Amino acid sequence: MALLSPEEWEIITLSLKVGGVAVAGTMPVAFLFAWLLARVRFPGKLLLDGIVHLPLVLPPVVTGWLLLLAFGNNGPAGRFFAETFELTFMFRWTGAALAAAIMALPLMVRAIRLSLEAVDRRLEGAARTLGAGPVRTFLTITLPLSLPGVLAGAVLGFARSIGEFGATITFVSNIPGETRTLPLAIYSALQMPGGEQTVTRLAFIAALLSLAALMISEILARRAGSGRGGHVL
Amino acid sequence: MSSDPAHPAPLAFDIDVSRRLGDASIRLTLRADPGLTALFGPSGAGKTSILNMVAGLLRPDEGHIRVAGETLFDAARRADLRPERRRAGYVFQDGRLFPHCRVRANLLYGVQRVAQGDRWMTLDEAVAFLGIGALLDRLPHTLSGGEAQRVAIGRALLSSPRFLLMDEPLASLDAARREEIMTVIERIRDELKLPILYVSHDRAEVERLATTIVPL
Repeated sequence: MALLSPEEWEIITLSLKVGGVAVAGTMPVAFLFAWLLARVRFPGKLLLDGIVHLPLVLPPVVTGWLLLLAFGNNGPAGRFFAETFELTFMFRWTGAALAAAIMALPLMVRAIRLSLEAVDRRLEGAARTLGAGPVRTFLTITLPLSLPGVLAGAVLGFARSIGEFGATITFVSNIPGETRTLPLAIYSALQMPGGEQTVTRLAFIAALLSLAALMISEILARRAGSGRGGHVL
Repeated sequence: MSSDPAHPAPLAFDIDVSRRLGDASIRLTLRADPGLTALFGPSGAGKTSILNMVAGLLRPDEGHIRVAGETLFDAARRADLRPERRRAGYVFQDGRLFPHCRVRANLLYGVQRVAQGDRWMTLDEAVAFLGIGALLDRLPHTLSGGEAQRVAIGRALLSSPRFLLMDEPLASLDAARREEIMTVIERIRDELKLPILYVSHDRAEVERLATTIVPL
C-alpha cells in the first residue's frame, strides 16, 4: 500500500498484535482480581490490591527489570514457561506482550472492579429466587451488567499496551520486527538524523489507533447498554 | 390437599425465626393457613428481612421456615435450601426487573428452572392475566411504575412458584394503578390459590387483601 511503507506496516501490525494479545491474555486475570477485590473478603486483600496496582506507580524501567529477573531465560518463571509450554519471552514479541499485559493489568482491574461494584446485587438476589444458580446468575446478570467496565478496561489496557515503552525496552530490547512497537519505533526514529518525517508519520498513526480504539469501544458500550446511556470512560 | 381430619392440610406458612442485624433484632413466629398472610407494621420493623429469610436471601440465626409442609430452613437440623431451590415467587418493592433484558426475557427468566410438568402458567396466559401484551418488546426503564410492577408479578408467576412473597407491591403506585394491581393480587389469591406472604404498612390495603394479619 502506497500510504504506508512496509516498515510502517510491520510496526503497526506488531503493535496491534502485542496490544491484542496483552489485553486478551490479561482479561481473565484482571476480571478475577477485580472480582476478588470487589466481592470477596479475605485476609491480605490490601496487599493484593497493592501488588496489582504496583505497575501503575513503579517506574516502568523497574517493572521491566523485574520481568527480566523473573521471565528471563534464567529466571524461575522464564524456565517454567520454557520447559512446560516451550514459550520464551526474552527479546521476543511475546515478551513485549507480557510487559504490556503487566502494565495494563492495574488499569483493567480498576475499570472492571468499579463496574462490578456498581452492579446492583439485589438483581442477583432476584435471579436466585427465580431459580438461577450462582453460575447462571453470573453469566446472565453480573457479567452483562458489568460489560461497560469490561470494555472500558479493554480499551484502557489496549491503549496502555500499544503505548508501553519503559518496561518493554528494558525487558525485550528494541528489535525491528520483533519487539519494536510504535513508541519504540518513534524513539528509534528520533535518534536518527533526518528521522523527523518518520516520527511525524508514526505519531500520527499512534494518535489514529488510540482514537479508533476509543470510538469502537464507545460504539460497543452503546450497543451493550441498549440506550441505557452506557459510557465506556 | 386432603380434608381428611386425621391428616389436616399442612400450614401454608410455619415460620419461627430470629436474626440480629446490627443493633436490631428481628424475631417472628407465624403459623398461617392458605390465603394471603399480611405482615403489617411500620417501616424499619424488619418486614423485608423476614421475606428475604423466607426467600433464602438472608440466613436466620435461629429457627425454622416451613412452607406448605416443606422445610426450607431449619437451624436445628442444619437444613438450608438454596434460594434457587425454594421455588419462591418474590415480587420486590422496587420491581427489580433486569435492566438489560426486554420485558419478554424478564418474564421468561424463571421459566426454564421448572420441569415441563410442573409449569402451571404459560407466557400467553400470564400476559393475558396481567394485560401486558403490548409491553413485551420494551426495556424496563421505559415502563411506568404500574407496568413494571405487573411485569414483576408476571415474572414471579411464570417461575411456577409454590408461594408468593410480595414486598409492598403497591408502594410506588398512584391510586388508579393500586386498584389495578390489588385486583390482580386478589385473583392470584382466589383463582390461582397461591399462598402469599405480603408485607405492607398500609392498613386499608391489608384489611382488603389479607386473610390473616400479623402485626409486626
